[in-house]
Amino acid sequence: MKTVMTDVLVIGGGLAGLRIAIAARKRGHEAVVLSLVPPKRSHSSAAQGGMQASLANVAKGTGDNEDVHFEDTVRGSDWGADQVVARMFVNTAPKAVRELAAWGTPWSRVRGGEHKVIINEQKVTLTERTEAHGLIAQRDFGGTKKWRTCYAADGTGHAMLFTTSNQAICHGVEVHERTEALALIHDGGRCYGAVVRNLITGELVAYLAKATAIAAGGAGRLYSATTSAVICEGMGHGLALETGVAPLGNMEAVQFHPTGIVPSGILVTEGCRGDGGLLRDVNGERFMPHYEPEKKELASRDVVSRRMEEHIRSGKGVSSRFGSHLWLDITLLGRQHIEHNLREVKEICQYFLGIDPAEKWIPVRPTQHYTMGGVRTDHSGQSPWLKGLFAAGEAACWDLHGFNRLGGNSVAETVVAGMIVGEFIADFCDKPENGAPFPLTLAREFVQREEAKLAKLLDGGGRENAFKIYTEMQHVMTDHVGIFRQGDALLAGVAHLQRLRERSAEIGVSGKSRAANPELVAAYRVRRMLKLALAVAQGAYLRTESRGAHFREDFPRRNDKEWLKRTLTFWPDEAATLPRFEYEPLDVMKMELPPGWRGYGAKDYIEHPDTPRRQQEIEAIRSQMEGQDRFAVQETLMPYVGELPASLAGRNERLDEPLEAAQ
Amino acid sequence: MSAIDNDIAQNARQQHRQLRISILRYDPRDPASTPRMQEYRIEEADSMTLFIALNEIREHQDPTLQFDFVCRAGICGSSAIMVNGRPQLACRTLTRDLPNEITLAPLPFFELIGDLSVNTGKWMRGMSERLQAWLHTKEREVDICRVEERMDPDVAEQIYELDRCIECGCCVAACGTAQMRKDFVGAVGFGKIARFRLDPRDVRTDDDFYELIGDDTGVFGCMSLLACQDVCPKSLPLQTQIAFLRRKMAAQGFTSSTR
Repeated sequence: MKTVMTDVLVIGGGLAGLRIAIAARKRGHEAVVLSLVPPKRSHSSAAQGGMQASLANVAKGTGDNEDVHFEDTVRGSDWGADQVVARMFVNTAPKAVRELAAWGTPWSRVRGGEHKVIINEQKVTLTERTEAHGLIAQRDFGGTKKWRTCYAADGTGHAMLFTTSNQAICHGVEVHERTEALALIHDGGRCYGAVVRNLITGELVAYLAKATAIAAGGAGRLYSATTSAVICEGMGHGLALETGVAPLGNMEAVQFHPTGIVPSGILVTEGCRGDGGLLRDVNGERFMPHYEPEKKELASRDVVSRRMEEHIRSGKGVSSRFGSHLWLDITLLGRQHIEHNLREVKEICQYFLGIDPAEKWIPVRPTQHYTMGGVRTDHSGQSPWLKGLFAAGEAACWDLHGFNRLGGNSVAETVVAGMIVGEFIADFCDKPENGAPFPLTLAREFVQREEAKLAKLLDGGGRENAFKIYTEMQHVMTDHVGIFRQGDALLAGVAHLQRLRERSAEIGVSGKSRAANPELVAAYRVRRMLKLALAVAQGAYLRTESRGAHFREDFPRRNDKEWLKRTLTFWPDEAATLPRFEYEPLDVMKMELPPGWRGYGAKDYIEHPDTPRRQQEIEAIRSQMEGQDRFAVQETLMPYVGELPASLAGRNERLDEPLEAAQ
Repeated sequence: MSAIDNDIAQNARQQHRQLRISILRYDPRDPASTPRMQEYRIEEADSMTLFIALNEIREHQDPTLQFDFVCRAGICGSSAIMVNGRPQLACRTLTRDLPNEITLAPLPFFELIGDLSVNTGKWMRGMSERLQAWLHTKEREVDICRVEERMDPDVAEQIYELDRCIECGCCVAACGTAQMRKDFVGAVGFGKIARFRLDPRDVRTDDDFYELIGDDTGVFGCMSLLACQDVCPKSLPLQTQIAFLRRKMAAQGFTSSTR
């Protein structure tokens, strides 16, 4: 058995994984990153519009701070988020942007003086402060009270990923490209690394580490129409689920982005609407103000996506042979703006639609975009069920996003969680009791088990075709577990997925190569994906309420009384066709922001019995502390600073909020 | 405003073509394998890209066919291959822009993994290490609680322009010098140097850059054939940057030798 030993094994070479590896290296630990593809090709590169951080540099961002970002995030999550985690996140986001600036990310900068923008179809002149000239600029995004989204034109993820990847090279982070983790090595209580397959040679190697971090991104490919890259197959989620002990959180929370282009599903950024673009229907009419008078096109993604589907159902969609769609109109922004700030959008329209978006409208439809669910962790990023297993980014349920993530908060989460979880992982590795010896016999058993599984696929004589099962699964998910969900349809979807899972035991691979073999890869991945699909579909069936992106037509109200809780999905029995569910309640009495109306979307919900009590408590604290600064009030309402690594606990300076000299 | 007519809609009315796609097949790890062209026939579909076509071939005709796609949106740079002799991103190549007969081959220069898949990642990492393609700053650590350092908005935009490189490898595959010397850093490498040279946060001088690219494996190896710029999927101004760097490095070389 070939083995590789290291301190930190990171599964996934995108922004979250690389940032964890850098944190570990800076603290003197070895780190090895496994990546399916060269890390600069990770799906992080596809983030276009920007990352949220309350720098408050631009005129429309004046008055922004951690408190406003926190409230937007919690409202966006429909109160599903862990509020302590949300606080840790908003306090670290400005630091993450500034760190990236110091590492070389070419953030777009504020130009002092007057400039013209489009807001709600009107040309508006904004005046940027002279003292802000040259600082990092922010643009508007959905579900936010302030302009908070920092950007590098519309290639933000690309610019961030290249910066971070270059830093990783500078710090000597080893990246083992074209490798794939097949199973975590664990004894039911402690994780020791992973069995890893080399995708070029097919060789299996046991990687043993003090800490193992899953940062493998989302599971968009469970659906047939997704903005996600082809590698976003939820394999990190699957690794944790298949341990049988580490659960996934909130898998039924799946985000659909309002503007995937039709038919390819490729994303055009929320920045299009943030910068003033409009949604139009078959008659060329702007329809969002009718549904959402407050936020219009810039309500949260779950709300805008539902309103679009609703509008299509009312007969206002544009028919095409790819089904109905609506229009995204950015022509009003002007060619100059599009060619500077929306360049990737322009290229995508040109190459995939053959249109010039400065002149023609873009055909769009809500498309699967983000997996809020992930490996359930505590605030430090560690699974409370499996010591030594960490997760960060889209693969994790930390839980920053609850049931709906705000635009600009995911690429922010990758680097912020990378920083925070990276420090906690370094702390973990510092402790002598978490070091070697590694259990080699156990590792050998895991390698042999994976070898046997591959042998069965190659030589077991199975007659089912992996690609067919894969496509069928994607269609079941799109048809039954989409934006609008309904009990009977979900049940039918679950039954269909269970049949697919049974059939998947009989998959046979026709090409017999043990080395690079795309059919073999599809075969073992689809078996794991079916488990995730079942976790999503059955979780959606069991949750008899509507919250964030999870919308049940038969239970249209948010029900805090019965459902203010996080779904935990375990898969303890390999032979089973359904996972086991548990629920983790959220404590209203500890919340800084108790559940209420989000400021957009439905106003009708079933209240939690503790909500009025907590609301009173909060009002009492606020009136008692009147005159004290916002930090003191916040810390009394819901302490969180002590949960942050000391190096990240400091306050953030802003033009309007200078730091005390003592800081 | 009247509804906008869409180019896709016009294509729908056309008859679907039968495409003949010839692919260079070879598995360098299999001693029994020899390079050969294999032809597949598929029916064209509306809005079909080479991403869709190749996946259809793999799923319905030949599950062993190797190729690389990640974002399939022209963003990540994974899918560069030779399409009818020209390096380009397969994911955003619409079949309707190609003739009925299409020939696909892996990028030359890079290590072949199999069929259309080459190891650009390994080469790019080596290039980054060799050129130290990361920002070199004065202080190792900045105080990230403090307001960030200012940068001129135009300079930031110029850096972003060069930072748009996706390391797809098209420029190296199209490069005459790279076909003759394996140690050439290529236009992608010059683009990196130009990017960091432009960045006011980077403390390196032309003397430092000269050490990295001031010879025939670097900027003096370029024959100015311009193919790199012709094929760059991000339309980066590679030739201007190379010409500029060459002038600067020649001046630097002269200064160094007369010092």
